[in-house]
Amino acid sequence: MSSRILNWFKFASPATFYPLAGTIGRAAAAVAVVLLAVGLYMSFFVAPTDYKQGEGYRIIFVHVPAAWMSMFIYVVMAFWAATGLVFRTRLSFMMARALAPTGALMTFIALWTGAFWGKPMWGAWWVWDARLTSELILFFLYVGYIALQGAIPDVRRGDRAGAILLLVGVVNIPIIYFSVKWWNTLHQGASVSITKGSSMAAVMLETMLIMTFAFWAYAIAVAMARVRLIILERERDTRWVSELPEVAG
Amino acid sequence: MLEVVNLQCTRGDRRLFSGVAFQLEPGELLHLHGHNGSGKTTLMRALCGLVTPTQGEIRWKGAPIRRQREEYHAELLYLGHKNGIKDDLTGVENLRAACRLAGTPISEKEAWAVLEKLGLRGHEDLPSRVLSQGQQKRVALARLLVSRAPLWLLDEPFVGLDAAAVELLQSVVRDHVEEGGLVVLTTHQEVALTSGRVKRLRLGWKKDGHV
Amino acid sequence: MFDVFFAILRRDLLLAMRRRTDVFTTLFFFVIVVSLFPLGIGPELNTLRLIAPGVFWVAALLASMLALEKLFLVDYQDGALEQMLLAPQPLSLLVLGKVAAHWLITGLPLVLLSPLLGLQYDLPGETIEVLLLTLLLGTPALSLIGSIGAALTLGLRGGGVLVSLLVLPLYIPVLIFGAGAVEAQASGLGGGGHLFMLGAMGLAALVVAPLATSAALRVSAE
Repeated sequence: MSSRILNWFKFASPATFYPLAGTIGRAAAAVAVVLLAVGLYMSFFVAPTDYKQGEGYRIIFVHVPAAWMSMFIYVVMAFWAATGLVFRTRLSFMMARALAPTGALMTFIALWTGAFWGKPMWGAWWVWDARLTSELILFFLYVGYIALQGAIPDVRRGDRAGAILLLVGVVNIPIIYFSVKWWNTLHQGASVSITKGSSMAAVMLETMLIMTFAFWAYAIAVAMARVRLIILERERDTRWVSELPEVAG
Repeated sequence: MLEVVNLQCTRGDRRLFSGVAFQLEPGELLHLHGHNGSGKTTLMRALCGLVTPTQGEIRWKGAPIRRQREEYHAELLYLGHKNGIKDDLTGVENLRAACRLAGTPISEKEAWAVLEKLGLRGHEDLPSRVLSQGQQKRVALARLLVSRAPLWLLDEPFVGLDAAAVELLQSVVRDHVEEGGLVVLTTHQEVALTSGRVKRLRLGWKKDGHV
Repeated sequence: MFDVFFAILRRDLLLAMRRRTDVFTTLFFFVIVVSLFPLGIGPELNTLRLIAPGVFWVAALLASMLALEKLFLVDYQDGALEQMLLAPQPLSLLVLGKVAAHWLITGLPLVLLSPLLGLQYDLPGETIEVLLLTLLLGTPALSLIGSIGAALTLGLRGGGVLVSLLVLPLYIPVLIFGAGAVEAQASGLGGGGHLFMLGAMGLAALVVAPLATSAALRVSAE
């Protein structure tokens, strides 16, 4: 047991990580279901009606966590990319790959709910607000990463090329965000401040946090499921895979 | 000088070779054998540092080549399948550009002299696009005559050459080895050396039972 | 140390001289795109003056991106790239040489022609000056950033479209400040701050892009 704690790199081996990923994934899925149930109940029935925005504001309980997660996941992917390039651990690249679709999904949800929120509040499906625009660009970055991975048939090249792109992207995100903000203030465009505007009740904040953790757990659960599939696909010729009960049986 | 330890390379999902190990000292030539697809070219590219091996290490003068990339490249000359000849440049321009890139520039006069030695007289200032395959190969090989790098990695250098050029190239390689150079080459031809040692390495024999 | 930079620069410029059509295709792509907008929007000069900065910059973005595909491709196909990777100098210097040559061939002509096109949009003199300045500062940054995408997609099927997907989002800050400077000048605010930011971005690209491109080339050429 003690050696397992001491030796982090042990888990960098796909064979040892595969069962661990299963355990983590199942636990995270359970947490996600519970938190989501609680969070959704609170968003619909516990959180009070906003005196300015009415019932429509409740979409922020999905929108804001999704937007947070979309940015967070990109940073996590960049972290795995850097780890992979520095330590040459195959598993790191697999993690980055496994997270990408979830990250893209989160940006998409953030954009979608942003539009749904914008229509009743602003009378337009889309406003060129700094945050929404940055989110859109983040979506492009995710799509670019996924497309690059898809276009490279060689796994090793795909892993490392994707990692370089992620690192370039993560350096660029602050620059992009800053320049979009500058652009937005210069043009005096609409500023959709979803969280500000009305002072938030404590229960709203709690709900939002619960939803964020629910999304987080969901992201971990699906990423683990995906990384298990990637491991199986890449290690299909090895003995430990052929000895797995789910493969052999 | 050049030391290869337990090298393994993969291409896509396929393991090309594993456990490759050898040592090469000054005045030695390593002749790589192996059927098509056994990984000769990949091994050559790994020796240059173009391909990262999945396992094992390549050392030059005792240190891993990854850690001394620029120093190692200064002492290395690699000629691969694609000869890096620019269609729109003349033979002289090609040779001079390649030498400048390798950090050992040569004068126009030298370039003319070398190309003449390789039997390209009268073709020196034609764009390479009008040269034949063999002539283009000769332009690429001209670098060997002006190179000061001790380690030569030659991937199928004899392909496309006529008998006279093969003879010339063999003597160039022989001279290099005799002067204490190191050569790794893949070819289907026998290389005659008067002195110096020829080592052999066969890739892929474990699988198909060749000796 | 900079020998290798000039060696590559010289070789690529010589190659471009031998094959001049490449220079003109990018240039005329830019001219055509800029000339298409009045046809799509209408010849109203007030409108054209308003959209000119954006049009010029988007056209420059597209032209620069279109030229990217060939940046390393020919070298990759004929084996010259392998020799570049084996040069006994830092690869980033070589990359810088390639990008510099690329910009001189595809970027600079477009910059120099832009004042003439500015007249088509009835831009006043000072605005044209600022436009020229922003393009002069901004297009090298575009070439630098673009080289990362070109290196990552080297030799891939459908590489041209993929490059645009990777590179265009990264171009956005340059677009914002480039077009912003011209617009600020046209509206009487003065484009100084924007130009400053554009220069800073160019410097950042100068530091980061050659390193990233070198790493990407090593991965792609394997």
